[in-house]
Amino acid sequence: MMRFKGKVAHKFAESPLLQLSLPPWRSRLMALMILGSFAVLIGRAFYLQILNNDFLQEKGESRYRRDIEISASRGRIADRHGDVLAISTPMKSIWAIPPATTLTSEQSKQLAALLETDPKQLSRKLDTEKTFVFLRRQIPPPVAEQVAALKLPGIGQNKEYRRFYPTGEMTAHMVGFTGVDDKGLEGVELAFHGQLLGEPGSRSVIKDRRGQIVEDVGSIKPPQDGKDIRLALDSKIQYLAYSQLKQAIADNNAKAGGVVVLDVRTGEILALANWPTYNPNNRENLSGSQLRNRAVTDTFEPGSTLKPFTIALGLENGKVRSDTIINCAPGRLTIGNATISDAHPHGALSVAEVIQKSSNVGAAKIAAMLPYQKMWEMFDDVGFGQLPRLGFPGEVSGRLRPWKNWRPIEQATMAYGHGISVSLIQLARAYSVFARDGDLVPLSLTRADSSLPHGASVFSPKTAREVRAMLEMAVLPGGTAPKAQIPGYRVAGKTGTAHKLAGGRYANKYVSSFVGFAPASDPRLIVAVMIDEPSAGKHYGGDVAAPVFASVMGSSLRTLGIAPDAPLVVAQSPKTPTSKARL
Amino acid sequence: MVRLNVFLLIAAVVCGLGVVTSQHKARKLFQALEVEQERARQLEVEFGQLQLELSTWGTAPRIEKIAREKLKMRTPETEKVTTLTPAGGLPR
Repeated sequence: MMRFKGKVAHKFAESPLLQLSLPPWRSRLMALMILGSFAVLIGRAFYLQILNNDFLQEKGESRYRRDIEISASRGRIADRHGDVLAISTPMKSIWAIPPATTLTSEQSKQLAALLETDPKQLSRKLDTEKTFVFLRRQIPPPVAEQVAALKLPGIGQNKEYRRFYPTGEMTAHMVGFTGVDDKGLEGVELAFHGQLLGEPGSRSVIKDRRGQIVEDVGSIKPPQDGKDIRLALDSKIQYLAYSQLKQAIADNNAKAGGVVVLDVRTGEILALANWPTYNPNNRENLSGSQLRNRAVTDTFEPGSTLKPFTIALGLENGKVRSDTIINCAPGRLTIGNATISDAHPHGALSVAEVIQKSSNVGAAKIAAMLPYQKMWEMFDDVGFGQLPRLGFPGEVSGRLRPWKNWRPIEQATMAYGHGISVSLIQLARAYSVFARDGDLVPLSLTRADSSLPHGASVFSPKTAREVRAMLEMAVLPGGTAPKAQIPGYRVAGKTGTAHKLAGGRYANKYVSSFVGFAPASDPRLIVAVMIDEPSAGKHYGGDVAAPVFASVMGSSLRTLGIAPDAPLVVAQSPKTPTSKARL
Repeated sequence: MVRLNVFLLIAAVVCGLGVVTSQHKARKLFQALEVEQERARQLEVEFGQLQLELSTWGTAPRIEKIAREKLKMRTPETEKVTTLTPAGGLPR
């Protein structure tokens, strides 16, 4: 490539051998190429650092920055006085990554002892293809610390919350429970799940080599704890209702039962107890019948407790007066090819006595004076056949057939509470039209603040007062439920004894019920009692349900400090011994 | 020129040390805050547990049992109850 230029004279310093003659474009080309590659590098750097810097930033941050979740706790459920009915407290769960877990037999024995399991069962759990297993969930934090202190490979722990129910089975149906993932499954826990649920927050931090938080970076999202729910429930009254119900079920060898206590003025549910029940803190071996919140989800034919509604409608429409005489002899009434009969035959009774003696024939005769549509509308107005809209899971509307398809016999049976089905809570609420001045109070699960609700008016105040007087007679001697009396208070109420339907026919099984309110001069509480299939000899509502009513109502009135409204007379009937009265 | 440079160098060093010190102090304070916040959380948890304990001790069945068995309390007989009406009328 090199050539000599021989002709030119040259100096020492300029050896012709060193004279290279290159075409100038080559050096320029090289310079350009180098410049070009610098430009590419700068461009790339510009791209990475300025235009598309997320990736590198993220990589860089992941070396020192950690996102931490701040857990939020689920809200508490408390009764009207603030006593806690459900509360969450942090627990730990222990998990393992089986492929990474290699335990010596000594270690696995220690671990099994701490987790309170069998070492064999533990090794079976670890001997799996899965890459993640929970060894034990919800163990107390001190135990978890001991597990952590063992420093076992492949075993770690999580923080989670466990829900506790200090009142246990007493309030089980009302409060309900949550699953292991803090999700409401039953009762108020489900009904108010959205409000109770908290929202976890998060923060980004810089951690040092020792894992300590050194600095916050970026914004902190504070956790939103779940809202606390204040129920209308009064845990003392709930206890009274629950314990009396339990006692009555045992005494009468009954299958199931329920008690509802309502505040007449505010429509608050002060107590709601069911039997059978369960312990929400230990939910192994639960059956569906234990879980059912019968007072809300089960309907039954209420029987005579519906008679006051028929009679009130008769009074309201001017078809009868409380002293109108109805001939109930001979205790039987044939409509079409069906016969209605009274449990005890009566002769001529006044309308008030029809309630007092609970005559089916009398109620049917009064119903016959009323148009189907009027009767249907009245039942509809007091809430039968409609959902109570408490938000409770599984609440039912009951059965009220459209009036256009009614036949005379159906109207007659409905007059005394057969051929229609209601839930206990509907029945209790319906009685508020008599306890108040004819209007139906809206129910409330949560504690109502100050304002007194006013419901739609169903009957005139005059009718409500007349029926109230009749209901008071039912409890006095000569009525069906002298056992519902409470010394010191005037009580009004009505018994119900309904045959149960079995396979489409009425069987010799009964539902005994009693609904009443007190003090009759200015009603404050409604108590409804239902006992399903009492089978210890007695089955009349006046014998089975009325005593439960009396003890729940009596002790609730005393608990609430409601002044007695009756002059104290020595009780006419052999009163239940005072030792049986509670609190 | 040299003097200015020396002065600037010293200033830069002083500032640098200042930054280091304040950063150190900030981290110390931050850790103290962290510790207190953790304590607050712990206390919150403890409060919850105490509340749980309180309501477990205070359940109605337990109160009744103690009242009846230990303190020998009982419901007064109806005849022995006297109702007083306050001068200003009945409450509520």
